[in-house]
Amino acid sequence: MLLKLAGGRVYDPAHKVDGVVRDLYVRDGKIVAPPAADERIDRVYDLSGRVVMAGAIDMHTHIGGGKLNIARAMLPEDHRGDPMARTALTRASAGRAAPGTFATGYRYAEMGYTACFEPAVLPVNARQAHLEMGDTPMVDKGGYVMLGSDDFLLRLMAAGEDQQRINDYVAWTLHATRCIGIKVVNPGGISAFKFNQRMLDLDEPNPYYGVRPRDILRVLSRAVHDLGIPHPLHVHSSNLGLPGNVDSTLGTIRAAEGLSIHLTHIQFHSYGTEGDRKFSSAAARIAEAINSTPNATCDVGQILFGQTVTASGDTMAQHLHSDHASPRKSVIMDIECDAGCGVLPFRYRDQNFVNALQWAIGLEIFLLAKDPWRVFLTTDHPNGAPFTAYPHLIRLLMDRTFRNAHLARLHPEAQAMTTLGSLEREYSLYEIAILTRAAPARLLGLTAMGHLGAGAGADITVYREDADRERMFATPEYVFKDGVLIVRDGKVVQVTWGRYHTVRPEYDPGIERRLEEHFARYHTLRAAHLVIAEDEMRAFGHGGDVLTHPCRPPT
Amino acid sequence: MPASSKPNAEALDVACPFCGLVCDDLSVELGTRLAVRANGCPIAGPAFARAPAPEEVLPRIGGRPVTLTATAAEAARLLGAARQPLIGGLGTDVAGARAATRLADRCGGILDHMNATAMMRNTMVLQDTGWITTTLSEVRNRADLLVVAGGDIVSRFPRFFERCISNETTLFGDGRRCEVIFLGVEVPAGLTLPGPVRSIGCDVLRLSEGLGVMRALLAGRPVVADEAAGAPMAVWRELAERMRAARYGVVAWAAADFDFPHAELTLQALCELIRDLNRDTRCAGLPLGGSDGDLTSDTVQLWQSGFGSRTSFGTGAPVQDIRHYATDRLLEPGGADLLMWISSFDESRTPPVTDLPLIALGRAGMRFDREPAVFMPVGTPGVDHAGHLFRADRVVALPLRQLRESALPSVADAIVAIELALGER
Repeated sequence: MLLKLAGGRVYDPAHKVDGVVRDLYVRDGKIVAPPAADERIDRVYDLSGRVVMAGAIDMHTHIGGGKLNIARAMLPEDHRGDPMARTALTRASAGRAAPGTFATGYRYAEMGYTACFEPAVLPVNARQAHLEMGDTPMVDKGGYVMLGSDDFLLRLMAAGEDQQRINDYVAWTLHATRCIGIKVVNPGGISAFKFNQRMLDLDEPNPYYGVRPRDILRVLSRAVHDLGIPHPLHVHSSNLGLPGNVDSTLGTIRAAEGLSIHLTHIQFHSYGTEGDRKFSSAAARIAEAINSTPNATCDVGQILFGQTVTASGDTMAQHLHSDHASPRKSVIMDIECDAGCGVLPFRYRDQNFVNALQWAIGLEIFLLAKDPWRVFLTTDHPNGAPFTAYPHLIRLLMDRTFRNAHLARLHPEAQAMTTLGSLEREYSLYEIAILTRAAPARLLGLTAMGHLGAGAGADITVYREDADRERMFATPEYVFKDGVLIVRDGKVVQVTWGRYHTVRPEYDPGIERRLEEHFARYHTLRAAHLVIAEDEMRAFGHGGDVLTHPCRPPT
Repeated sequence: MPASSKPNAEALDVACPFCGLVCDDLSVELGTRLAVRANGCPIAGPAFARAPAPEEVLPRIGGRPVTLTATAAEAARLLGAARQPLIGGLGTDVAGARAATRLADRCGGILDHMNATAMMRNTMVLQDTGWITTTLSEVRNRADLLVVAGGDIVSRFPRFFERCISNETTLFGDGRRCEVIFLGVEVPAGLTLPGPVRSIGCDVLRLSEGLGVMRALLAGRPVVADEAAGAPMAVWRELAERMRAARYGVVAWAAADFDFPHAELTLQALCELIRDLNRDTRCAGLPLGGSDGDLTSDTVQLWQSGFGSRTSFGTGAPVQDIRHYATDRLLEPGGADLLMWISSFDESRTPPVTDLPLIALGRAGMRFDREPAVFMPVGTPGVDHAGHLFRADRVVALPLRQLRESALPSVADAIVAIELALGER
């Protein structure tokens, strides 16, 4: 089957193609070089006047795993308000802030996304995370596994074990849990909260282990580097949501000591203490730090106004903020000497000073960060807003008039505390293609995704040109997944199941015996039962492949 | 993967599917009749030992043995004719729950688990105010005080104390002595633990009074009363102080033990007490469940549809109604017009009495008061086939192994057969 996508305006930043009209060819699910003149083309799509990009990749979205399912359980109102009836093609589901897996997959595809990465997989909960991702249709998926408050790592560190043992443990964890990256959430803080510590700054010792967050960042970023894991250490910094947390965020960037580091939902970590209300934007300092630190990347975690739910591994911060929950309910959970989770429904209001300034801070970071290859478009779904808000966010970035019209509606004191109105930058389509396609693929080591060169998987999104960028990005005309037309005019026309992406760096198997002993002695399950087999993954994922991407340790 | 069936071969580190603890350290002697050799309990021993007689593995229509294909076709005919089928029981593993949810979606059916009346008490708390909870290994390592509310735990979860409280070695040192207080029930006979164990007598039906008193005392509010829930004020004062003094207190309960009208309000008061205590110290709830795959089916339904048990697909979209989509109500006139009953762990969990057409997917050996229209004997996850089951704390999904050769279909297999037959109609 040879397809020709003819005459579209192509944005393919991985190949520096910026709005060039050209034909694309697809064979057996992959993009191929133009065929010989005598080859039969089975189907031609006339894309003249259309904008063509690779399928979008959400590199940080909470789509599966225990805490999202707790959010679902807590929010029947979210599901009653947004039912999705069964069709001849698609399953019934429901929900907007905490949608069911079917609703998640269909809606991502209907917006032109073809891959999603769950950023907070607890090792003990990894099987559930993969089960949920497996039941998420249409898109490829992968997970970042959480370390940094687990007692096994903290004991290794407290005992002064060498980096090699930590590397072995990190690599074993990736094998066992079938993930593609390593995440750390409030380094050591989830553990400290179990000892009744309520705050933990970057250089404060854990009350039991004596290990500092800075130490955890150092050994984990070193492990990621030594093992050659493509995705840098994915860091949810200390002091989430607290005024003045800019200092610990800047300290966190430096704590990687020159190694690659990704700061996630950085908007929530870019707050100063200026002004009458002791809450201010530190976006300029954060953007400057990102601009001047080539080893650092970030995703924004933009907030948008309305009802959502926040779900995080950061029990310490979530418990601290639980009085702000709206509606007022919360779940805080300590989990298996491994990690934890906290879930609070949240309603961001444009007439609330703090929420309004959070909105502005996120946009300031987007507009002040100079290198679009190192800043990623996320709302930290659902924490800043449900992912379905992405088209709106794209318009805010691309359309200054639209942005300033929204700014003018905010709490007046928040307007006075932001430079946003003076920022003239408007993102181009080329830059949006970097933020949402080319850069996430590169950051994750997905060589066959996020671009439109020969050999890439034929994940392709085609938009109708529209000056209203929100409308344009909300309903693509065509979405192809592996060369199959899955969405037409913003509606699913074919259900696919995608594949899992993983890495499996090498390790000394001696660590397995230590883990078996540790689990047998202290835990209520066997270490071997954490290990997820490949045939389990295939069964979870409706038969989809489990891809292993290469790791390249430094030589 | 089938384990070796050599005589006397023993499988180690077997995960047990017969209660919500899903202990994964059993040694089981293999063979047609399995025998638990180590780390068993009063529930696991007999449950593993059951082996169906040859005639018990035969599918039946109206009591007559037929092929599996014939039962699937008849089940499909009945489901196709039903306007509001109830898929109840739901005693199955992850794959069975995925299949049952898919079938309900396709047929416009209603899903309700056999333990939902108890489970929904916790769900109502979660939906209204939430909670602060913990998991089994945290209890094993951190708890210095365990309050057991409203029941003895051991009759439903026999190895709970052995696995979570008896250990003196923890991550944080040796010589742990966790104090255990049974609230509203006697100390179970024969329970000996390294730390002190005692009981506080009170009326569980009125427990919310005592919980309210403790919350008031902790908040420094005056309380004018002589007693609460049948216990003197000094008892509540002492318990509140003890809980506040604990470094990591845990309050465990099984919602099934709170079997009285609006017991969810008592559990909510318990969760709010725990929340109050966390202003100063750490304290966490441990809502124990997971037996008969109750948390498993609830969890799977939640992620697929957004709603847990007691959800209808009758309108095409999922709608949960905790009061109305309960099996006992749906079996009243004007409710469901067909019952499909799923129970693969325990052949004694039989379908409720009803005149409705009945399709039963039951553990081989299940006996019925009234012969079902269709009976598909199924294997047991973790015995006859592999599977996955969520544990009591809803975090860990443990892999279950196949321990013997079996021709019995899994629940998921049986539902796929029905779906194939539906597709041909």
